[in-house]
Amino acid sequence: MMQTTTDTILPLRLQDVSYQVGRMRLIKDMNLTLEAGPRTAIVGPNGAGKSLLLRLCHGLLKPTAGTISWQITDSREAGSAQAMVFQRPVMLRRSAAANVDYALKLRGMDRDERQERIDEMLGRAGLRRLAGQPARVLSFGEQQRLALARAWALRPQVLFMDEATASLDPAATHSVEEMIHAIHAEGTRIVLTTHDLGQARRLSDEVIFMHRGRMLEHAPTEKFFEAPENDLAQAFVKGELLWWKRRELDTEPRHQPRFRR
Amino acid sequence: MHDFASAFAAAADLITNLDSQLVEIVALSLRVSLSAVFAAAVIGLPLGAAVALFKFPGRTAVVVALNALMGLPPVVVGLIVYLMLSRAGPLGTLGLLFSPTAMVAAQVILVTPIVAALARQVIEDLWAEYEEQMRSLGAGPAQALPALLWDGRFSLVTAILAGFGRASAEVGAVMIVGGNIDHVTRVMTTAIALEVSKGDLALALGLGIILLTLSAVVNGAAFLLKETAQRRNA
Repeated sequence: MMQTTTDTILPLRLQDVSYQVGRMRLIKDMNLTLEAGPRTAIVGPNGAGKSLLLRLCHGLLKPTAGTISWQITDSREAGSAQAMVFQRPVMLRRSAAANVDYALKLRGMDRDERQERIDEMLGRAGLRRLAGQPARVLSFGEQQRLALARAWALRPQVLFMDEATASLDPAATHSVEEMIHAIHAEGTRIVLTTHDLGQARRLSDEVIFMHRGRMLEHAPTEKFFEAPENDLAQAFVKGELLWWKRRELDTEPRHQPRFRR
Repeated sequence: MHDFASAFAAAADLITNLDSQLVEIVALSLRVSLSAVFAAAVIGLPLGAAVALFKFPGRTAVVVALNALMGLPPVVVGLIVYLMLSRAGPLGTLGLLFSPTAMVAAQVILVTPIVAALARQVIEDLWAEYEEQMRSLGAGPAQALPALLWDGRFSLVTAILAGFGRASAEVGAVMIVGGNIDHVTRVMTTAIALEVSKGDLALALGLGIILLTLSAVVNGAAFLLKETAQRRNA
């Protein structure tokens, strides 16, 4: 039998979470609660700490300060109720079906059940006819769909996705997004990072805006795109190329000598 | 020059007629080296993988040692095994000196570091690529180890073949612990050394040609295997 968690692991709570490498503080004093239900998009420029935040939540990294806790305290159980899809799909050197099989075997599912699940998932990812192909010869888009199918097969309560479509063309992006919709419709909590604002609009119910390791805004998607409160978020949404300069320019005293000490 | 040509002709004759002495020597060589490589793979692959995956105190020292041991001089290994197995040595009671078993043991010592050091590099590179995904799926290094050995299989075969090349070509270790006894411990390399010093170039050349062919076949097979695998698995 597969280990199934009947208890819900959500909400996820981050309290004063910081993550530091050497002297660089990459995530700063993050306080955040992710409740069951809505889909969350984490947006922000490169280097804002989006991927780090995702990895901290998923437990791939340990915070250097603060606490990250799920509703249930058993970390193994919490871990087996989550899955993650990465920007570059990591495929084992075996067939597409065997890639899904490997993940299910790690969860201790018996053979017949695995076979059924693999067939179902590859079907839903539109990969059934490629089941026997080596996973690494699939196209990038097919590999990413396979990565999603592998994550989905685990029936996670929470699915993290780190720039899952960043390297895909529009058609492949579309089919991945369709899958994300379906996964969400079956009750999985979606948390994704993206720098595609259109995607954030399409795939999320709430947006977390990050900049230089801090969360500057956490708002419902519609509100975030219509009227972001934070001025950096405003500039980001408008797509101003030098939007991070704005604050400096705006706050610069205009009628005083610039370099007075 | 004439001697040289006639030696070649005699060598070809020995090979085409499957001379019984020649066949016996080649068979023993293969038996010793293949057994040694098999044992070295059984020890070296998990050892290399473990060093690649687990953090422990002194890990760097172990990595450096493994790499350094790849260049172990066969005569020194032969000497050490000789001392261990000789009558007065700690394992003298086993009575293994000057037997094929002793030759296998010496070659295992020579080949294991090669297999382990190359396997460590292969597995470490794979783990760098897989680690996050594996941890996300719930597999730590210990659970991931078999999958990594499987996924690295083509590169690991190359590591094993490198070991086989070493085992089949070395002469120092098998000479010392085997003693080059006719019909008992005489292998290709020791026979070549002996026949050359005796002046019987025909047998030496015949064995040399077989040894070279074997090496070419093994390396060709390794190349083809890797090519096919890369084409199939991208």
